[in-house]
Amino acid sequence: MTESWRQPRRLLMAALGALTVFYLLAPTLVIIPMSFTEASIMSFPPEGFSLQWYERMFTDRQWSSGMVNSLEVAVLTAILATVLGTLAALGLTRGRFPGRNIVNAIALTPLIVPVVIIAIGMFSLFVQWRISGSLLGLVLAHTALALPFVIVNVGTSLRTMDRNLELAAANLGADPRRTFMRITLPIILPGVLAGAIFSFITSWDEVVVAIFLTTARFRTLPVEMWEQVRQVVDPTVAAVSTTLLLVTTVLLLLLLVVRRQAPAR
Amino acid sequence: MTATAPPEVAALPGERPALVVRGLRKSFGDATAVDGVDLEVRRGEFVTLLGPSGSGKTTTLRMVAGFMAPSGGSIEIDGSDMTRVPPYRRDVGMVFQNYALFPHMTAAQNIAFPLQMRRTVRPEITRRVADALALVKLEKFGDRYPRQLSGGQQQRIALARAVVFEPQLLLMDEPLGALDRKLREALQLEILHVSRQLGATVLYVTHDQEEALVMSDRIAIFSAGRIEQLGSGEDLYDRPVSLFVADFIGESNILRGRYEGDDSGAGWVARGAWRWRVGPAAAQRSALATGAAAALVVRPERIRIVAGDAGVPGGANAVEATVADALYLGSDRKYGLTLSDGQRAAVREQRDEGRRQWEIGDAVRLIWSIDDGVLVADPAG
Repeated sequence: MTESWRQPRRLLMAALGALTVFYLLAPTLVIIPMSFTEASIMSFPPEGFSLQWYERMFTDRQWSSGMVNSLEVAVLTAILATVLGTLAALGLTRGRFPGRNIVNAIALTPLIVPVVIIAIGMFSLFVQWRISGSLLGLVLAHTALALPFVIVNVGTSLRTMDRNLELAAANLGADPRRTFMRITLPIILPGVLAGAIFSFITSWDEVVVAIFLTTARFRTLPVEMWEQVRQVVDPTVAAVSTTLLLVTTVLLLLLLVVRRQAPAR
Repeated sequence: MTATAPPEVAALPGERPALVVRGLRKSFGDATAVDGVDLEVRRGEFVTLLGPSGSGKTTTLRMVAGFMAPSGGSIEIDGSDMTRVPPYRRDVGMVFQNYALFPHMTAAQNIAFPLQMRRTVRPEITRRVADALALVKLEKFGDRYPRQLSGGQQQRIALARAVVFEPQLLLMDEPLGALDRKLREALQLEILHVSRQLGATVLYVTHDQEEALVMSDRIAIFSAGRIEQLGSGEDLYDRPVSLFVADFIGESNILRGRYEGDDSGAGWVARGAWRWRVGPAAAQRSALATGAAAALVVRPERIRIVAGDAGVPGGANAVEATVADALYLGSDRKYGLTLSDGQRAAVREQRDEGRRQWEIGDAVRLIWSIDDGVLVADPAG
């Protein structure tokens, strides 16, 4: 008797699941084919097949400089956030100091506070500091957004790591610096790399803060898209979107590989 | 309950002990984990800290390793005060219960690690790693990663890593706790062989009394953060100084009563109509006063069972009992008995031809030599 109602129920679940997946993927499934269209306006379904919009993306000065700017900001953000976040995670998991939980909560606020509020705050401050509209300003802002991802990932690695390994290293004659370089860092490396990848992605597709902190002379790719879409609906945007998506997807796959490489303990 | 070394193992004049611990204390907030531990370990000696969990033995070991700062007292290794020295400058090796091998390094790299930290030259590292692998009979396993080794193999690599730099002191924290019984016994002997071969000074922590008896020159029985008794296995088994030690090491029959001293320096333990004689040596060791709550401790294999109507020979104590159960343990036979006042007793007899076998319900008399009774204070009395 249980079987008789379980069967249709399973079908219903499967259908619901498929619908959800479709709903999640639909925007992406629309944009990718549109980037290969022969027509000069964005339309679905696309007409014919051409790579002209990709060519345009690489040759057009605004698009290509946007891409270079985005890459620069994302790489620098990933480096800065990973170094700072790893140090912060070490302090927050290994350190014993009053107010540790409060500091931990504050370190994670960029995940919760609406991005637009962070953007306005940074904008007013950075204008005063004269770093608004510069590479440095945007890197600093994106680092703040990316830090929680590094702290969470590295923190998890540190907490699951066997503390006795560090004690063993000390016992065998390694001072704290060498214990970190030879033992702790290699063991938490998957967490550190995951943090770096998350940081890169956070910066790579960030648009809200970037709109506030960029100018016509210094724009990242997502901001360029935002500007262009408001003026002309040119399929180059679809090509750029597909490129952004490709980079993110490759990085997420890399993340899976990194996670699988975590040493068995 | 002093923890000074008994005469036969006391350091020779002029010889520096490998480890001296004085008045060591550790408290965590209001809780006191270690409460005044004194211990001296001679060079080449194998000393075990034995006790139930939470008795402070592991905390003591961790303070000697330098992983924890003591709340009080001092630690001296080979004559130098190490109380405030960080672990990486103490020159002691440690074997952990969970092996603590570095997962991202091969067995050989693990063993090479302490040598690299000491800036040993490469050819010597290669040679000493090979020697250490040979010492634990894992010559062919140097290229394996820890996860490719069995638990026993991992612990042997951990042992090799802890001795390869010839530390002043080798610490072991329940190193066999994660292994099954058969492997444990094999590794006990291997650890003994390795430590004797190297002449290593070992401080070993376990809660397994058999392991302690097999391996140690001396055993420190821990209870509530203190050393209850320190001595050879024989000392602890034959001459426990407290009910806790008597109960913790081996099986004991505990006959509780009141102590009555007499003029000869010997005395009696009295309980109801029973009076058991206490020899002068046992009476003086206990230093009990007349009227004190006392317990007479007799090991099960020291007691003989005779018929209920048999006479009591001179120089023996006796008590009446009923056989409650009888177990065959291969070469031995073990009886559980009930005394007439309800206390339980156990007797272990060798299965000899011609020795009478008792049945459940038999009314019998238990007799033992006065010299086999140990007198201790009864804290519950």
